Amino acid sequence: MPIEFIIILLPFLFAVLIPIFHRRLSKKFIGWIVFFIPLSLFILLTTFIPRISNGETFSNTYEWIPSLNINFTTYIDGLSLILSLLITGIGALVVFYSNFYLSKKESLHHFYCYLLLFMGAMLGVVYSDNLIVLYAFWELTSVSSFLLIAFWHHRKASRAGARKSMTITVSGGIAMLAGFLMLYTMSGTLSIREIIVNVDVISDHTLFIPALILVLLGAFTKSAQFPFHIWLPDAMEAPTPVSAYLHSATMVKAGIYLVARFTPIFGGDMTWFWLVSGMGLITLFWGSFNAVRQTDLKAILAFSTVSQLGLIMSLLGFGSIALYFGYTTESIVYTQATFAALFHLINHSTFKGALFMMVGIVDHEVGTRDIRRLGGLMSFMPVTFTIALIGSFSMAGLPPFNGFLSKEMFFTAAIKVGSLDIFSLDSLGIFIPIIAWVASVFTFIYCLIVVGRTFTGKVKPDIKERDLHEAPFGMLVSPLILVTLVILIFFFPNIIGNYLLKPAMTSVYPTFPVDEMTPRIYAWHGLNPELWMTIGVIVLGIVLYKLVKYWVRVYKWFPQKLTFNSIYEGFITKSEDFSENLTNRYMNGNLTNYFIYIYIFFIATVAGYFITSEAFVWNTLNDSNVDHYELILIFVMMFTAVALTFAKSRITAVLINGVLGYSVAFFFVSFRAPDLALTQLVVESITTALFLICFKFLPEIKKEDSRRIWKISKGVISILVGVTVTIVGLAVVHYEKVTTISTYFEDAYHLAGGKNIVNTILGDFRAFDTMLEVVVLFIAGLGVYALIKLKARKGDTDVESK
Amino acid sequence: MESLMVLLVGVLVSVGTYLILSRNIIRIILGTAVLSHAVHLLILTVGGLKTGDVPLLGHSSGPYTDALPQALILTAIVISFATTAFLLVLAYRMYKTNGTDDVSELRGMPDE
Repeated sequence: MPIEFIIILLPFLFAVLIPIFHRRLSKKFIGWIVFFIPLSLFILLTTFIPRISNGETFSNTYEWIPSLNINFTTYIDGLSLILSLLITGIGALVVFYSNFYLSKKESLHHFYCYLLLFMGAMLGVVYSDNLIVLYAFWELTSVSSFLLIAFWHHRKASRAGARKSMTITVSGGIAMLAGFLMLYTMSGTLSIREIIVNVDVISDHTLFIPALILVLLGAFTKSAQFPFHIWLPDAMEAPTPVSAYLHSATMVKAGIYLVARFTPIFGGDMTWFWLVSGMGLITLFWGSFNAVRQTDLKAILAFSTVSQLGLIMSLLGFGSIALYFGYTTESIVYTQATFAALFHLINHSTFKGALFMMVGIVDHEVGTRDIRRLGGLMSFMPVTFTIALIGSFSMAGLPPFNGFLSKEMFFTAAIKVGSLDIFSLDSLGIFIPIIAWVASVFTFIYCLIVVGRTFTGKVKPDIKERDLHEAPFGMLVSPLILVTLVILIFFFPNIIGNYLLKPAMTSVYPTFPVDEMTPRIYAWHGLNPELWMTIGVIVLGIVLYKLVKYWVRVYKWFPQKLTFNSIYEGFITKSEDFSENLTNRYMNGNLTNYFIYIYIFFIATVAGYFITSEAFVWNTLNDSNVDHYELILIFVMMFTAVALTFAKSRITAVLINGVLGYSVAFFFVSFRAPDLALTQLVVESITTALFLICFKFLPEIKKEDSRRIWKISKGVISILVGVTVTIVGLAVVHYEKVTTISTYFEDAYHLAGGKNIVNTILGDFRAFDTMLEVVVLFIAGLGVYALIKLKARKGDTDVESK
Repeated sequence: MESLMVLLVGVLVSVGTYLILSRNIIRIILGTAVLSHAVHLLILTVGGLKTGDVPLLGHSSGPYTDALPQALILTAIVISFATTAFLLVLAYRMYKTNGTDDVSELRGMPDE
């Protein structure tokens, strides 16, 4: 089996094995066994780095449903390698961390099962080349995220948060599926690589823009872009390791990945540029603006994740401009935005992962995450403080941390794109660097809040009573590794640039020469506008942080009723009410109504088909002759049948039914079917007797309620059903294109040793059928017996009469 | 003949449907019985009528009528008898437990 399949399947395999064997494993060991899966995958993936950075790619195909073009194709290139290294690397650290974070009393086998499920699904997303397979993995990440958010499902907020994230991400996923199908219609292939090769064919198609928007809907919902960001803060109900892993480092990056992956297809189009970078900028601003007013540390980090995702998204939007120009020595400069996006993708995972783990430690040791109750923890928890300081300052964009580098590159890109004169950027472009700068100021403020409110100042009285101390070493390992990376990347950014980012750039710009797209990253590049912007951010940020209590009432200006959350809640409540009303209206428990739905559907589909097609034929040419007595019999049956509907007494009704049954037996005789005639006579006699016996126990038929309209509509439906059956019957009788298979049975004497063909069919050719028929009879007999004998035992509650 | 038989089947189906749409359980059971008569005749008719002799080898030298629909109908008659019997007992049980033979009064439990 190719190694890529093993990488994807290994987490799934253990996701199945852990719940099966968890009883035999000590709770202490489950986490450690799980820990080795992402760790070994990470080590395995690092061996790909040298070959991938040489420009190699790896692809394998397992034909799954070739007739529908759905194949299990894996494709590892620079872009998917970055993501998969994050998934396994951060995954290993998070599992290590949760071994210390989660109590052994929790149902750990569930937790790790879901986590591994997510890991496998996420690896599947980044490795799949086939759109349908990618979609399946994509939805699986939503499902596992749902399960993990609702891990503490006894809490109402957890369930609500889980449902919200599921509703939003899965709706986006379905939109994305529609986009994928449009891509398939346009290009005729489900392989992303083949679509990229044929991009000229589809770019003028009428479905191009709808497909673009639908795919972006999928990416925006997953990556919590404005206005779909509302699920991410609520997802913070999940255990903190999950927030660190899914909701900051990996799953929310799936949307980013999707945008990067589809840039070669859609990039260069004005709609793509404005949607991606516009939405990204709005999200960047809105997330950072709202983070400042949060009082829960995790909520601050959630909004900051929203904001940072917006930053990466907008950078990808800026970068797509290079594809509009095509490759020239001037246009190569715009690819730097994408370079910065991928760089920041890695950086964000490092510092935000560390920050989430830091919040988990504070929550674990102090018992609260509320910044109004926290303060002065610096002297008790120096290591945690260091982690918080490095993580926050990197996020704020200060040297010597990796966030500074990508933030400077972001400013560079914003200024460059803002000064372009295409896509009506000449009028609107000036806003791009302004929004970027304002959002950075807010980012700086909330970073200061995270560090300042938690670790400096005075310890609040109720916290002071606790025995405050540093977290156990095991819990500190993972965030310490991450902050070490934060610093190392600052000093050696070009290692990342050359080995990881360079091959990924080829994935986004397949037609561009790769060496020109890989700049050297410098920490110091002179006193240029970017540096002045950063200095401005720091100065204004500190001032505003000091004055925050004076301007915080700005947030009260926003009406509570118009928040996206209340719109979402209103929409969910309204649609629940609506569907409940609608369902209650037709599912009203009345059996007759249900029959009517069935009949109307039958009429509409079958008769409707006959009306629209030309399947109906009727000629009497091939009909056999009609004898006089048969004619009489037909009229007798029709007459008695109609009379049955008017029968007032039940005895009359049963006798009329008997007349019908015996007439059918006469027809069997006339149509040369003596066995049928005999059986029919016997069965009809017994049935009539059965009816009469039952009447001893049942009341006389009451007059049906005689509303005229009801009777007429019943009659109309019945007649239409009869007409439909007649049409179908006539069409079948006159259908000549199939020859009969019955001549085979005429050889019955040789094949089965019997002269009565009907009997040989029942007893030999279709003996299984007859046997099962006997089984049906047997079951019916059992049912009859049980229903007659059934009595509620003494003391039992009579369930039926409740 | 075939066209006439199909017409008869149509009438029987209409009557059966009308009875099934009633509220009284006995009429509903009668409706199913009428419906099964209709179906038996329909199967026999679409197999072709009077195309030969009784399907007994040695009885005549052929041609014989189609034996396969007859075998199918034989099975169907027995099964429809079984269901009718079951439905009748169900009606009896329903009347005994709920004190009504009117299906519109059976609305299930409120929490369903």
